[in-house]
Amino acid sequence: MTFEPKIVGFLCNWCTYTGADLAGTARIKYAPNVRIIRIMCSGRVDPAFIVKAFAEGADGVLMGGCHPGDCHYINGNFKTFRRMPLLKRYLQQYGIDEKRFRLEWVSASEGDRFAAIVNEFTETVRALGPMQIGHEGVVAPQATEGTAKPVQDHVKHHAEPRKSVQATV
Amino acid sequence: MPKLKIASYWASACGGCDVALLDLHERIVDVANAADIVFWPIATDFKYADVERMPDQNIDVTFFNGAVRNSENEHLAHLLRKKSKVLVAFGSCAHMGGVVGLGNLFSRKEIFDAAYTNNLSTENAGLTMPNLETKVPEGKLTLPEFYNTVKKLDQVVDVDYYLPGCPPNPNRIFEVFGAIVAGKLPPKGSVVGASEQTQCEKCERKKSEKKIPGFKRLATAQPDAETCLLEQGFLCMGVATRAGCEHRCQKSNTGCRGCYGPPPGVYDQGLKALSAIASVVDADDEATAKAMVDAIPDPARYFNRFSIAASPLHRRSV
Ligand code: FES
Repeated sequence: MTFEPKIVGFLCNWCTYTGADLAGTARIKYAPNVRIIRIMCSGRVDPAFIVKAFAEGADGVLMGGCHPGDCHYINGNFKTFRRMPLLKRYLQQYGIDEKRFRLEWVSASEGDRFAAIVNEFTETVRALGPMQIGHEGVVAPQATEGTAKPVQDHVKHHAEPRKSVQATV
Repeated sequence: MPKLKIASYWASACGGCDVALLDLHERIVDVANAADIVFWPIATDFKYADVERMPDQNIDVTFFNGAVRNSENEHLAHLLRKKSKVLVAFGSCAHMGGVVGLGNLFSRKEIFDAAYTNNLSTENAGLTMPNLETKVPEGKLTLPEFYNTVKKLDQVVDVDYYLPGCPPNPNRIFEVFGAIVAGKLPPKGSVVGASEQTQCEKCERKKSEKKIPGFKRLATAQPDAETCLLEQGFLCMGVATRAGCEHRCQKSNTGCRGCYGPPPGVYDQGLKALSAIASVVDADDEATAKAMVDAIPDPARYFNRFSIAASPLHRRSV
């Protein structure tokens, strides 16, 4: 079976969601991979929502809001652009490729742009493959057997002054 | 009333939790009057075999500190669960993985390399590594298996109560002990010895509208002792951390580190703090905002300093 990326999209009611709606009414064809969750403002999206999406099986998360300056609540998306760069680095530290999370400002009139972003993002995530949260990878077993060095060796080793460390005092 | 039987165990821990018990000072006598200590490796000479010989549920309350990092920790978690009526996850490591859980951003191999080969202060030409078994002339020596991923206690066994803190405040420990003796413990699964409110709600520093002018570090700047640390630009986890420690850090003029864990209903402590702090940086355009939050060099290990093992992402995915 080919891999179909699961993408969760948090779209603000006033711009990006309306843009997505426009893409639909204009009958633009685009990838069906984004599961859209309508929110009132991108500033309402707690970073926890995004992490929860990943933790529960999303391969990618798309965040859409009004262009800065156009937010229905004046500065709701200021909070978005303050939080998201930090969250991006946080996700990377947990092994989530930064390309799996995308923040875009899409206005109500940009239906074609919305469709293009979804197509492009779907292909990016497809290329990255499935995301497995908490995956350990292949863990080499801890060595089961070894032979200790004779104790005298250690004593001798530590009795010698270290050549690499120079006294500075 | 027969005396209570209590135990304390340290799994993957630094010893600070056991020292916090000793920090009860003379009140330890009250504890000893009300309870017999039947197992406490840091202070008494009972062996694992003594615990193994006990009948099940023999211990009334076990305070289990430390995370589960290796097979020995895991064995003792199961053993003490079986032998105890009440098992308390004691301190940040048992509660949320603690500082030990920071290792979850690495693999066992990376940790071993850093500890035994790739560091300036170690000479290990023979590449001696911790082996599970080592032959010596006298026979075989064994070591517990070091796991690739750290777990908090309730990811291994059923836990009755959580007593947070790195380490828990001795006053809270004593109060919880009093509740145990009086038989007044809250419902199973509760966090005990901590408030349901956040640090900020109880913090006495002067607070005004939150606006962070830019981040500063204690190494290069000095906060004043009266104003909210965040408002001065010093990171503080108080926004997403339970009160209960008596503000030990803020009173020493340094930001809360989050050891008391999240208040009830929070999905993840680190994300909650990240969200709250980033959203009040004083920047009204994208580029400035990014530059400002970029001054936090290590978000995962700052915001989840004590809670990586408890976080929904649990470890670095490979
Ligand atoms: S309403 Fe669209 S981002 Fe605030």
